[in-house]
Amino acid sequence: MTTKFPYKHLLGLRGMPRETIELILDTARAMKEVHSRKVKKVPTLRGKIVVNLFYEPSTRTRTSFELAAKRLSADTVGISTTTSSVVKGESLLDTAHTLRVMGADIIIMRHSSSGAPHLLAENLNISIINAGDGINEHPTQGLLDLFTIREHKGQIQGLTVTIAGDIRHSRVARSNMWGLLTLGAKVRMVGPPTLVPKYVRDLGVEVYTDFDKAIDGADVINLLRIQKERMTANFFPNLREYNRLYGMSSERLANAKPGVLIMHPGPINRGVEISSEVADSPSSVILEQVTNGIAVRMAVLYLLVTGQRERSTEEGASSFLWEAES
Amino acid sequence: MVDDNVILIKNARILDPASGKDETGSVLVKNGVIEKIGKSVSSKVAEEIDAQNLWLFPGLVDMHVHLRQPGQDSKETFATGTRAAAAGGVTRVVTMANTIPVLDNKTGIEFVVERSKSEGCVHVHPVGSVSKGLEGKEISDIGEIVLAGAVALSDDGKGVMDAQLFRRAMEYSTIFDVPIISHCEDHNLSQGGAMNEGQTSTFIGLPGIPAEAETVMVSRDILLAKCTGARLHIAHVSCGESVDLIRTYKKRGVKVTAETAMHYLLLTDKAVEGYNTNAKMNPPLRTEEDRQALLEGLRDGTIDAIASDHAPHTRGEKSQEFDLAPFGIVGLETTLPLMMSYLPQQGLNPLDLIRQMTVAPCEILKLPAGKLEPGMIADLTLWNPTGESQIDPNLFFSKGHSTPFSGWKVTGRVEATIVAGRVVYAPSYSPAASLAAARPS
Ligand SMILES: [Zn+2]
Repeated sequence: MTTKFPYKHLLGLRGMPRETIELILDTARAMKEVHSRKVKKVPTLRGKIVVNLFYEPSTRTRTSFELAAKRLSADTVGISTTTSSVVKGESLLDTAHTLRVMGADIIIMRHSSSGAPHLLAENLNISIINAGDGINEHPTQGLLDLFTIREHKGQIQGLTVTIAGDIRHSRVARSNMWGLLTLGAKVRMVGPPTLVPKYVRDLGVEVYTDFDKAIDGADVINLLRIQKERMTANFFPNLREYNRLYGMSSERLANAKPGVLIMHPGPINRGVEISSEVADSPSSVILEQVTNGIAVRMAVLYLLVTGQRERSTEEGASSFLWEAES
Repeated sequence: MVDDNVILIKNARILDPASGKDETGSVLVKNGVIEKIGKSVSSKVAEEIDAQNLWLFPGLVDMHVHLRQPGQDSKETFATGTRAAAAGGVTRVVTMANTIPVLDNKTGIEFVVERSKSEGCVHVHPVGSVSKGLEGKEISDIGEIVLAGAVALSDDGKGVMDAQLFRRAMEYSTIFDVPIISHCEDHNLSQGGAMNEGQTSTFIGLPGIPAEAETVMVSRDILLAKCTGARLHIAHVSCGESVDLIRTYKKRGVKVTAETAMHYLLLTDKAVEGYNTNAKMNPPLRTEEDRQALLEGLRDGTIDAIASDHAPHTRGEKSQEFDLAPFGIVGLETTLPLMMSYLPQQGLNPLDLIRQMTVAPCEILKLPAGKLEPGMIADLTLWNPTGESQIDPNLFFSKGHSTPFSGWKVTGRVEATIVAGRVVYAPSYSPAASLAAARPS
């Protein structure tokens, strides 16, 4: 691998250059091979302390990161809201500084506030991986989606990808959008207008309210989990109507482009945004996404740590992901 | 023999927007009052300040400030807030009622009037709340508040959601001819928002506050002002549509005035990029279109005044996650230098700007200040229009340090701030020992 990983943190896919995304995806492919071995371990992160700091419950993402770190031989520590001083009202920065002096090398953080990992990255001299911040980004989910699409379709450039559902509150949608646009895909977004912010049009994203039109000719359909509390906040009237207008059914799948990939970040609401038949159909790659998640997270951890070693011998490398944007 | 109570400021460029005066001359101050202004004013007994190459104008009047006392002394006090004012050339501040407890009765107003006199170094005028506890359910003791010294009524910090209550308060306010200052915000529309709803909020994933949260309330309040005949003043206008509404109804004779805050004239919501809590205030920074409309509103007189909306918070509070950090930034010490440095190139000359920061707010609030006339209290600002510097929050007198203008280059600085004939701030006037002694520490 000739391209260097230029970042100290993984905060988001917005502004991340194509080469870097491709480097992560290529590295993930190598990691996936490790995963299929009998001894699923490599020593890259031996002696490193990786902290999973989760301010929101998430068994899936947390487990995936933990497995990824362990396969790279890191020591992992998990902290979640119920077991830490977080509940006692300690500030985020205070908690993070405590973890730093305890010797953490990498903090993987899930937080309900957009920009929370950026706050840590700005104030702490250790690597931060964003495992989902508020409604902003979930970059490793975006990367694993890109990885999955690339494995099936060969390349992302020129594909039409439809993202459906609650775009407004979805960090998965944002990370997918940035990554897909950078890699040259055509992005469509569809959902009730209450849940699709019109400003994505400024990026060239096509916005639909008609689900059938939005999936017509699409190579990939990524369905977002719909949360029940959106209904009580009047974003749409009820789940039955949502399912009728925006649910992925067998009929809709039958009319879709042959070879279409059905994706979902999980956990799925069967009968709401996706029917059971579609979720379990050959078009669905939902379980593959989970497997690929571990490989992608291994790649990110690997690149951050090895990139770190290279960077420490070389001045002037960008320390923040978002510094590289402008 | 020099008389301590007589000061002659000579050779100054005198700028007085009320009279339109812009000429070199002298001002003689006796016992805290302006005695004479003119080209050949002199005195044998005065302590002289040679203001060669300096500008002299009425002390600034900042009509939108949160001094935080009583109840939030960790954010600001009368002592620190008024020193910040003096350092910014401000001789008179109007402080909002959203304190703890809320200034909704005469005791609260009396507390502010008395304590600010003993602990502050500039004039302080309290605003009383419209509703008890800012809860929007019952009107506060409006008459007693006004008679105790409140210069306006406002639930600032919160919009008044109940139109009926707001209408009643407006009708009642006409007894005293006191303005109602409206913080225009529909809390249902703004609920959960942390910044302006638009491209930036969409791209960085922050919940948005749409412009309509302000504009629907501006229109409601203007229509209620029309029906009640009350004097309505719209606080911190941030949207272009608000400017249009105010312009239209001003022309139709509705008694509506407006202020904007200085940050809306210099920044857009792009300043929030990087989750910068120093760019988090309410209403939020809007778009470039809005900014241009506000400048136009100032040029054509639709917007009467410029304020700071000085809203200090502690460092700890502002260094939290963006959505958890409180709204508000400081501005008392930066408004004058920023406006003088950046607005003349937008077609607002210094005399316009000084009007918007002196006589205009005084007219709205009926304060006997803001102009240079014999008999007026000698509240004066001496401004040095030359010399570049950078804004440095570490040098602020305010307890708050949160500003999006840290590092901005400004031209000019306050040489002296004089309140009722007493020099309260004079960073480089060491020759006159009495001035140095008056410097705040
Ligand atoms: Zn306000």
